[in-house]
Amino acid sequence: MTTAPEHGSPETPASALRSRLDPEPVPRRDFLGLAALWASASTVLFATLGIARLPKAAVLSSPSRKFKVTLPEALPAGEAFVPPGRSVALFKEAGEVWAVSTVCTHLGCIVKSSATGFDCPCHGSGFAKDGSVTRGPAPTALKWVKVSAAGGDVIVDEGESVPLGTKVSV
Amino acid sequence: MSPGLSVFLENLRAAPRRAYEATFRSGPPTSDRTRSTFVFGNVFLHLHPVRTHRWSLRWSTTMGLGIITFAAFLITLVTGVLLMFYYKPYPDVAYDSIKDIHFVVPTGRFMRNIHRWAANVMVIAVLLHMARAFYTAAYRKPREFNWLIGMALLVVTLGLSFTGYLLPWDQLAYWAITIGANIAQSPREVTDALQITDRFDPGGLQKLLLLGSDQVGEEALIRFFLLHVMVLPLALVLLAAVHFWRIRKDGGLVRPANADERLGPAPLETYPVFTEAPHKTYQLAAIVKGKTAAVGRGPEGTVPSMPHLFYAEAGVAMLTVLVCLGLALFLDAPLKELANPGVPENPAKAPWYFLGLQELVAFSAFMGGIGIPGIVLLGLGLIPFLDREEAGTGEWFGGPGGLPLVLRSIVVGLGSAVLVDGIAIRYGWLREWFPKIPQLVVTLVNPGTVLTFIYAAYSIYLVKKYGSTRAGALGLFTCFLCGFALLTLVGSYFRGPNWSFYWSPADWPVH
Repeated sequence: MTTAPEHGSPETPASALRSRLDPEPVPRRDFLGLAALWASASTVLFATLGIARLPKAAVLSSPSRKFKVTLPEALPAGEAFVPPGRSVALFKEAGEVWAVSTVCTHLGCIVKSSATGFDCPCHGSGFAKDGSVTRGPAPTALKWVKVSAAGGDVIVDEGESVPLGTKVSV
Repeated sequence: MSPGLSVFLENLRAAPRRAYEATFRSGPPTSDRTRSTFVFGNVFLHLHPVRTHRWSLRWSTTMGLGIITFAAFLITLVTGVLLMFYYKPYPDVAYDSIKDIHFVVPTGRFMRNIHRWAANVMVIAVLLHMARAFYTAAYRKPREFNWLIGMALLVVTLGLSFTGYLLPWDQLAYWAITIGANIAQSPREVTDALQITDRFDPGGLQKLLLLGSDQVGEEALIRFFLLHVMVLPLALVLLAAVHFWRIRKDGGLVRPANADERLGPAPLETYPVFTEAPHKTYQLAAIVKGKTAAVGRGPEGTVPSMPHLFYAEAGVAMLTVLVCLGLALFLDAPLKELANPGVPENPAKAPWYFLGLQELVAFSAFMGGIGIPGIVLLGLGLIPFLDREEAGTGEWFGGPGGLPLVLRSIVVGLGSAVLVDGIAIRYGWLREWFPKIPQLVVTLVNPGTVLTFIYAAYSIYLVKKYGSTRAGALGLFTCFLCGFALLTLVGSYFRGPNWSFYWSPADWPVH
């Protein structure tokens, strides 16, 4: 029967003294295990981010919201003209035209033109004729949108907003 | 006849019986043993315990609210699948298909009505169920996690309702999607005021993810359809499975420490209680805390779940079906005009359970739609971790203060809601008083946040007065319930065209 070298005997190097049951001084397996764990975790994380990228549309399928309209001949100054099916109010005064969007800046309902300005049916915001907020929860004034003259008509682009107070002469 | 053939014939004759035995392995539940295997041998039933405490079976413990909720969900599941045979998730076509279901499809109208009423029953039952769990302090250790799962189930239920009423593509649907998507976008109210929207725009991202476009259209409808018929029901089923299983793992329904003494011995006619003397060491004794099984009565005053618990559950479920069918026979689910992107209804009202929220967003989109609901959910989620007391567990309105405290909190909750909403209705709010005020101030200080602040302050006062977190929680929960009820009432009944206040819908101007 062969005898294993006596533990602690002077001729055995220190590294051989450790029993296989003792913990290793450098947790090599722990290191490999942790590395594998973190590699898998980060792979899953990045894969999830990649999956989450899918529902965020890159191309918006919305149609152009540019249209041409003929203003009524007798549009009194300060009275809003809302082209049918559009969410924009056109004003004409002293040879100048401008357009105020009728999409409420609060939660996107369509405001209705009234004697004093605009009223929102959903949450009761009120706006003056120039779109500024007079009451209710709307955080900002109604947007003004781009208008350009085209002969006797005007071209309105609901999709493009302009600074408040931008008027165009026709 | 050859022996092979006769064996074959014998097997053929026995096939139905063997198929039955292979499916139901334990046979009819006639003994304690088979009643147990009836439960844990069945994947669905084993979410239940084998034995149920008699306290759990008392009507006043739960009022069956959890089972009502789940039964209503199962009804919507069945009727929902039936509706999907004809529903087409595409704008305009969707509206026509709902009209087909209503007027042409055999029993279509009845099925849609049942679907709608079961969904309403589910919303009511889930809210009452949460109130029950709160007032009996059922969220306390070891049930904290299940309280959180319950909150997630509440959110999913409301999400299912919201995505559901969008699908018909009528006026209600169209404007609800528009408003919902803009609430998702409302963090812009803050980022705009801070002028950082160009760099940091979570609101815009949320809206884009919800609508799949910058406008409400076909992309939005298919997304809501997907959420309604696939994502949310799946989430609900998974969460519900954990919720039920956890009840068992957390030691059954909550009950007072002295439940056994208060119940006394089971009435003589109770059958079965505990019919067989254990042949060997009673298995549950090893895992259930407390004394070992007493001869002649179930361990810890329990009775077999089959039949006691399952018959009670089946009864409640049948009652739920009856109520939904009854409502569906007489009251039709609404369908408004075809969606018109140019003209919202005036007033444009959400279904009743969102009208409290609509009243809040009419003060501030961000605080009403995201801020305050977020604070409420955070508060609800923290309750089980802040209230580590033991007094009153399992008792209705248990804890310091008890029922008188709850009644006083109802007065405070309703009173302050009437006061704050009344001031806003009668005198307007900051914007009317100081037209130049910055938006951020209106967002932070509006009737909704003021009310939230009053409730929080009252709750802290109660914590100090009673020296008990539970007292503060009782006050806060009651106040929020009252605030929710009052705002819902104002939103449903007292708001008219342009969301103005009217004492009665009869006073609405003709337009």
